Formats: sequence, C-alpha cells, structure tokens
Amino acid sequence: MASDKPTWKEYPTAATIHQPGSATGQNTGDWRSERPVRNPEKCDKCGICWIFCPDAALFMNEEGFYEVDLYHCKGCGICARECAKGAIKMVEEVE
Amino acid sequence: MAEKTKSVEFIPRLLPPFELFAEGHRGCQGCGEALALRQILKVAGPNTIICSATGCMEIISSPYPETAWRVPWIHVAFENAAAVAAGVEAGIKILQKKNRYREGKVNVIAIAGDGGTADIGLQALSGALERRHDFLYVCTDNEAYMNTGIQRSSATPYGASTTTSPTGKESIGQQTPKKNMPKIVAAHDVPYLATACPSYPLDLMNKTRRALDTEGPTYMHVLSPCPTGWRHGIDMAVEMGRLAVETGVFPLYEIVDGRLSLNIKMDERKPVIEYLKPQGRFRHLKPEDVEIIQRQVNEYYEQLIYRAECDANK
Amino acid sequence: MGERTGLEVSLAISEAVKFARADAIAAYPITPQTHIVEELAQMVADGDLDAEFIMVESEHSAMSACCGTSAVGARTFTATASQGLALMHEMLFIASGLRLPIVMAIANRALSAPLSIWGDQSDVMAERDCGWIQVFAETGQDAFDLTVQMFKVAEDKRVLLPAIVNIDGFTLSHVIEPLFMESQDDIDAFLPPYEPQVILDPKEPVTIGPVGFPEIYTEIKMQQNEALLGSYDVVLEVWEEWEKKFGRAYHPVESYRADDAEILINLAGAISGTARVAIDQMREEGKSVGMVRTRLWRPYPFEDMRAAVKNAKAVAVVDRALSFGGPGGPIASELRGCLYPLAEKPVVACFIAGLGGRDVTIEDFYTIVEETEKILESGYSGEYKMIGVRE
Repeated sequence: MASDKPTWKEYPTAATIHQPGSATGQNTGDWRSERPVRNPEKCDKCGICWIFCPDAALFMNEEGFYEVDLYHCKGCGICARECAKGAIKMVEEVE
Repeated sequence: MAEKTKSVEFIPRLLPPFELFAEGHRGCQGCGEALALRQILKVAGPNTIICSATGCMEIISSPYPETAWRVPWIHVAFENAAAVAAGVEAGIKILQKKNRYREGKVNVIAIAGDGGTADIGLQALSGALERRHDFLYVCTDNEAYMNTGIQRSSATPYGASTTTSPTGKESIGQQTPKKNMPKIVAAHDVPYLATACPSYPLDLMNKTRRALDTEGPTYMHVLSPCPTGWRHGIDMAVEMGRLAVETGVFPLYEIVDGRLSLNIKMDERKPVIEYLKPQGRFRHLKPEDVEIIQRQVNEYYEQLIYRAECDANK
Repeated sequence: MGERTGLEVSLAISEAVKFARADAIAAYPITPQTHIVEELAQMVADGDLDAEFIMVESEHSAMSACCGTSAVGARTFTATASQGLALMHEMLFIASGLRLPIVMAIANRALSAPLSIWGDQSDVMAERDCGWIQVFAETGQDAFDLTVQMFKVAEDKRVLLPAIVNIDGFTLSHVIEPLFMESQDDIDAFLPPYEPQVILDPKEPVTIGPVGFPEIYTEIKMQQNEALLGSYDVVLEVWEEWEKKFGRAYHPVESYRADDAEILINLAGAISGTARVAIDQMREEGKSVGMVRTRLWRPYPFEDMRAAVKNAKAVAVVDRALSFGGPGGPIASELRGCLYPLAEKPVVACFIAGLGGRDVTIEDFYTIVEETEKILESGYSGEYKMIGVRE
C-alpha cells in the first residue's frame, strides 16, 4: 500500500519550514493530568498567569479575563501557584 | 486595586499580546527556558532573526514540520550560535549597503543554552564579542546539558547532582563552582550585559529592550529553572527563579559601559537552604555543604554590592 | 576586455572572488592559504572589493559565519587547508545539508600528525562524502576560472549546494603563473548577483535547520544527493558558456595523449604538469602512455571516466593521499568502483606519491609506468604501492 507521506520531491528544500508557528497544530493539551480552573470572582484580571505561562496557553477573552487554551495547556500549574489572588486551582483531569 | 504581587507590580495589558514563540512547542511542562524565550520575543518583536544553538529550545521548537517560531530562525550546530549570528549580522549589513536586503534595523539574536555558551560555544561567543558585531546573545541557563539527559556543564552549580557529576560515596556531585559567564563577557568590554530571570518578567523585558537598543554586542544571561533537571515540581519554575534571586544565588544586575548596578540590592537575603531544599539535585547536601554554598553566595554578593557602589561613585 | 598577467595563483583566486563580487568572506588564516585571504583583506581595506570580511577566530566559526551570511542572501566565499578543513568537517555536512551555495578554495595540504605545512591531497580526500561540489585546478588559469564558475554553479536554483575549488598547496598556491584575467564587465555578464530562493527575512519567517526525524531524514538526503548528481548538468552548462564567452574549455575529465594509450596515468591537480613532460618523454621513447586528469571530483563523472579509460590496458592512478589500512588511494579506489560494472575494464594500479610536500618527479612517473607494465605482465600485485619511500 502506497505511503501517504510526502515523497522526497515534495519536501521543501533542506526541510525548511515555511509555515510560521505551525507548532500550534500539536495537541500538547493531551499531556495534562491536571487542568487549571479559574474562579472568576477572585480574578482581578492582573495577567500574572498569562505572563508566566511557558506555553502561551492563556489568552484574554472579551471581558478581559484570561482563559485557558485547553488544546495546548500542559497542566504545569505555574499559573495556579503564581496567581496572587488564589483564583486558579489545579483540578485533576478525569478523562 | 490589585494588592502587591509576590515579586513585582505591572500591568500586563501594556505588554505586547503577540506570541512569536508559539503554543504547541514540545517543551517540558513548566519549562523556565521556554518562558524566558516567550518573554524575550515579546520585546524583540517580529523584526527579529534568531540564530539558535542545538539544545533544549532548538529541539522542542523545530521538529519538522512543526515550528514554534513566528520569526525567521536558523539552527546550524551546537557551538556556533554566535558565529552564525555574526554572519547574519554582517550579511545583512553588506546586503543593505548594496540594496539587496530590505531596509531598516533587524534584531539579530543568538540563543544558546549554558552548554552552548559556557562550554562548547565559548570560543565562538568570544570571537563575535571581540569583533563587535551588532547583535544580542542570550544564554538560557538551566545549569546542565538538559536536552541530552541532564549532564553537567561548566554552569552547573557546586554541589548539584547531574548524570555526569552524580552524587555518590566519593563525590558531592559538581565539584567546581559555576563558571561566571557574565564576568567573562564583561571582560570583552561589551557596551551592555545583564543577568535576568523569567520570574521577573518586566525586569527581563526591560533588559531585552535595552540590549536590543544598544549598538554593538550585548549579552543576557537568563537563569532558566528546569523542573526536569533540577527535580522540583512542574509548577515551581517561577518560584525557583524568585528564590534564586531572593537568596542571592542569582543576583540581578546590569553592566552598562563597564558600570555595574544591581537591580535588586538586598543587604539581607533569604538563606540559600530555601532555594536548595525544593530541588532534588541538591537533596543529598549535608548542612556543612550548604554552609559552603552560603559562604560562596555571600562572598560573591558582597563583591557585587561593593562593585556597584564603586561604579556608582565613578 | 580582460588582461594577460602574471600572478601568484593564490592572488588569482582573490582576484576571481573580487571579480565575482562576493558579498561576504569569513575566513581564518592557515598555511598555505594565507595569501588568498590576506589579499582579500587588502582588497576590502582598499575599497576594491565591497564585501564584509569577517576575520573569525577559527575555521569552524568561518564556515558557521558563512552559513549565516549565505542564509541572508550574501554571495559567500571562504578558503582553508589541512587542519582548518578538518576543523570545519562538521560544518561542511551542515552547509550542504542546508543547501547554502558557499564557495571555498582549498590549498590542499597534508594532515597532521606529524605536522606538515606542505602539499598533498589528504585534507580534501577526507571530505569526499560531505555533499559539496568539488573540482581540481591544475594551473593559475584554472584557479581563476573555476572560482568564478563555481559561484554560478553553486547558486543555480537547480543546485543550491556549496562548492570546493582545490589547488595544490605551495606547488600551485605559491607559484606565479601567466593567466588571462577577464574584465569586470565580462564577468558581470557571465555571473549576475546571487538571487537566493529562501532567506532569513522578517517579512517571510522561515525555520531553517529543523529536527529531521527518521520519517523524513532519508527523503531530505535523497533530495540533497539528487541535487549534487544533477549539478553535473549545470557544471557542463556553465563550462559550455564559459568556453563560448572566453574560449577556454573545461571537462569533467581532461585527457592528454590518451586516445591510443595503453597505459593511462590518472591523477588530480598540479602534478599533471610534471606528468605531461614525463609522458612526452616516454612517448619519444616509444611507450604508449597518456593521461586522464580528474577535474570534476564531485559529483563523480562516472560516464566520462569509463569512456576515457575504456580502451587502455591499465590505468596508473597517482594518489597524493593515503587511506590508512584501506584501499590506499582515494582516486584509485573510486576509479575501481567506477569501472566495476564493466565486463571488460583496464587494470587499475594505485600509486601513492607526493605526500606531505614530497616532489613527484619525472623519474617517479617513469617508475610508475614501469611498475604498471610489470603488473600487466605478471598480474595484480597488491592494493597499492608507495612511491619513493625509503625502506
């Protein structure tokens, strides 16, 4: 059965990658064993969680709160630890 | 009004929202180096070319066909980030002169780990600094060859256990003190160098800005806590960086045209045991070992305070 | 219109680089290449060559910086020899793997230990597999012409591979030879500015040099190899154009009195000059000898080689490098491999001579031909023979 992988001619020269940020396709959220859960009442939108996330897995929503990008969040828990208001808790992934 | 945060007050809305180091990279959970790069790139902006050495950040960010980079990026080999950056900088210079490359300043940033800087990359770095290329060299220091499995480097601190300097009956682990890279860089009389840590993002970002705006060779030494190699909790990288600074193990300072100034001057510091205790790589240390480390830290910190005072009065 | 001149061959290469309007040079000095880079430095200092000259702190950094300059689109040149080339070894594979069209002159010199500053081909023979296009010069004219030509071949978008121009250390690099230097206008017409395909440019961010997992590595190497094999056609095109424009012909294999020769001498580099004299003398004495010189070394010119030697009874290969404990001479072992598929093929005798700067004399060529005659008479006598060793 023919492989569905590209042939040698189909790769870009020298395997140079021409799509910037193509890593976003990788489902690193799959690595989690815990996920951050935000308590909106305690959150004061300071953004500490956002600036301390090694994976840029937090983003600001329309209301100005920071939401978790579950597709990429690896569940390291830095955000929960660093939140000055204790507004984030790490909760076990149950799937 | 937000109450004072643990480390520093800032308004994140003022920080650039774009992510030039994209999510989906394969860094470990809670990686301090990835965090540092993310912060640095927010300042560098899209008008940047990165020349990366082989190492953690290179491997996790460029597994074909995935790339975490949203800026032009080149990886060549392990020991030559500085030489490649020198070539990029010189190439752009001559091509702009001949109108064969777009106009305007491009940030040229070399990124290497402690291995690719203090060990195998030292020669290329020294050469590039001496030749005064206009580029920024960032050393993301996680204090060992983490990518290949936590082997020691010359940046591994005294007493740390790594796979090639393991603790055992006959050995405390790393038997020599951490090589002082900023001192070596300073000996090249560069116009700007700084130590930084992603636990202090605003400080790191301000230093990045200053380094990029300074003409000539500039250097940032960024302590990058590594949960995998330092063996602390995966949520602890920011806390470890903070403790490194607050105990004086990793002083934050800048040297501008040869004048040193401490960013946080602490006449009294937390005891080093608070920094060492949460890390598995130091678990084997006895109280007398910790004393040695405390002495070393004190000595060096006092030296810095004295030097900063002298330089301030020049 | 160009000019006829007498020039040290090293300087002829510097002139060629200047005429080729190289943008960037990153180099480290090593005997016997020093005159090339010193002259280039002077040209830049005088404003005669508008280029960035990065005087790096080692050959490894030279090739690294060349990768940097080439990656942003600069026409890039460097030069080295011997230990310097050996130090660059890691980088040679990377430069070709990244498909960067760097041109490098090598003043072939023996490898330590013991230390030798004198010429032989062991430095470049140790780099056969690195994926670069490789050619050999035999005269100052060759050195000038090949350097200009190789920029055109390397930068061709069907190729995009780095290229090596070999000159014999001292015996070619340091001699003054008559040559014709083409004019700047003529060279400009032949060699337009480098038009890179992919560069580091913030407007179109690319990731160069990623991790290649087992799933893709073979394919990328295939790509690279096919480009090197395909460069054969481009080399021939460039040589054809050069001959049309400037009247000097170049071929992958250069023959001298070879058509009817029973014994052919095969070698690469400047000792061909001595060989030519020896062959003329031997011909006077009634011997049926000729010479085929390897000019294009990579990609290896299989068909040209087979065609050039097929009518001979024996080929005496003179190798200026020794592959220890192995087949002896690199050129000989590759020729043997090249001829292997032929049902009928000449005997290939291998002679190691001229190591570490030792002269290869006319007498040596007589010895080589006599030894080859013996082999023809009494059969195969071993992998190779060292010429001139005191035993």
